[in-house]
Amino acid sequence: MARAVNTRTKVGYTVAAWIVALVIFFPILYTIITSLKTEQEAISGFNLIPSFTLSSFEAVQTQNNYWKPFTNSVILAVGSTILALIVAIPAAWAMAFSPTKNTKNILMWMLSTKMMPAVAVLVPIYLIFLRTGLMDTRIGLTVMLMLINLPIVVWMLYTYFREIPGEILEAARMDGAGLRDEILYVLTPMAIPGIASTMLLNVILAWNEAFWTIQLTTTNAAPLSAFIASFSSPQGLFWAKLSAASVMAIAPILIMGWFSQKQLVRGLTFGAVK
Amino acid sequence: MGRITLEAVTKRFGDVEVIPPLNLDINDGEFVVFVGPSGCGKSTLLRLIAGLEDTSGGRILIDGKDATDTPPAKRGLAMVFQSYALYPHMSVRKNIAFPMRMAGVPQDEQDRRITSAAKALNLTDYLDRKPGQLSGGQRQRVAIGRAIVREPAAFLFDEPLSNLDAALRVGMRLEISELHNRLKTTMIYVTHDQVEAMTMADKIVVLRAGHIEQVGSPMELYRAPKNLFVAGFIGSPRMNLIDGAAAAEYGAHTIGIRPEHIAVSPDHGKWRGRVGVSEHLGSDTFFYVEDTGLADTITVRAGGNIDLHHGDTVFLTPDDAQMHRFDATGARVA
Repeated sequence: MARAVNTRTKVGYTVAAWIVALVIFFPILYTIITSLKTEQEAISGFNLIPSFTLSSFEAVQTQNNYWKPFTNSVILAVGSTILALIVAIPAAWAMAFSPTKNTKNILMWMLSTKMMPAVAVLVPIYLIFLRTGLMDTRIGLTVMLMLINLPIVVWMLYTYFREIPGEILEAARMDGAGLRDEILYVLTPMAIPGIASTMLLNVILAWNEAFWTIQLTTTNAAPLSAFIASFSSPQGLFWAKLSAASVMAIAPILIMGWFSQKQLVRGLTFGAVK
Repeated sequence: MGRITLEAVTKRFGDVEVIPPLNLDINDGEFVVFVGPSGCGKSTLLRLIAGLEDTSGGRILIDGKDATDTPPAKRGLAMVFQSYALYPHMSVRKNIAFPMRMAGVPQDEQDRRITSAAKALNLTDYLDRKPGQLSGGQRQRVAIGRAIVREPAAFLFDEPLSNLDAALRVGMRLEISELHNRLKTTMIYVTHDQVEAMTMADKIVVLRAGHIEQVGSPMELYRAPKNLFVAGFIGSPRMNLIDGAAAAEYGAHTIGIRPEHIAVSPDHGKWRGRVGVSEHLGSDTFFYVEDTGLADTITVRAGGNIDLHHGDTVFLTPDDAQMHRFDATGARVA
């Protein structure tokens, strides 16, 4: 039964919702506007109408070499995601289909590591990276990003696998399927939507990660997050260029997110309603 | 061939013994129904036979060979699950073909068996659909089809009809019985519904808390229940069980009389009571008679035309020849 809502209330709510949405979105909007200004315009105070110049984008591209950090971002995001899946799929599989009385505790413990502030382990990790020569390398950072996102990946996959009814796996066993056939022909095809949305989410998380990428890189392995940060340099702040770099950093992931939003929402709410 | 023998089969979950040592013989071609209330271990027993659970003790023989440690895939049994357990990403055809694909059956033989199973189960028009596009009854038929094409030593059914609505259930019950008559393959069928047990079984195994209470043909169990539990469980509506003085009169601790073995009269009879709820089924009427001083209610089955109303006084006379007598331990007194 629909709740009765009169037109005035409806209009009120709609206006309020738009105001809230605009307030939240405003910083991003202003970043986009600023990226289209000249540096003079950018520092001359609040102004919503830019001169629509692309000079900042051009400067970011040519002077600061956008493509190198972009390539690094792609390698880090995709690489850490593949690594995480290789580790997490068997882990989630084991916990979902052959749980012990400690499985829940292990899951909670893994998730609890995400509650710890990253700064708490900065010094040991920094030292390990320094001593092992992993500092400012793509491989070191890929492993690092894989590790920090692993708990979420395992947890998500576990939730997915749990939704696959055990009886279907038993049916496969009764039908003569060995473990390999069971995984290949029954489990994996059924889990593909879950694996896909976990992958998407992890790519986004890795792309946006800004603590470790800034701490553990200088130039060689620096991805886009570190690239943006480099614009607040000793020479002063270049607002227009910083904004242009930000827009260029978030654009790829926003576009990817936009096209895969259906898959993402399904992934994040999977199992929540049923 | 499908002769299955359980020798002192035991199952424990941690410290809880759900199946104490249990012996059972299932002959080739028999339709055996495991029946009992929820939690009696009937599904566990079926899963032990299937190999989906490991035994904690004892041996399971299939056609004389020890299969206790054989993985389910190698036992040559087929199972139909309560939830149907179809592969949602495969078409009906691929679902049915799956066990044959696993067994490496040649393609033309696969096609032949799929066609004949689909024809027998009225699935020919649905072979290219996914399970999600089928009704409950059709899904159940696909699950049965998947079991048939394996040509198994025995079929195992785990409450296969409990997700279907009442009308469909009766239809599928007939189809499964028909299938058994045609294939003459051993079938083990688990249900908590004693009507399914009575109508389908060659042999009923009544279970309670992992123990076998009685094994026998449906009519053996109906006519001569070995104890109070079986007496109360088999038969619908339930047998009337009466303690106290009325029972002592028959030299028993408890007497049991089925609703159809009690005569009703408005003016004379052995026991006096008052009509409570009546259920008119057309062919029969069930009266729930109260205030008899014997039990809370006495259920009586009478013809469809009898004219009694709520609150009327009635007299009941049991047919002494049909009286069941039980001692204080609940065992039948001969």
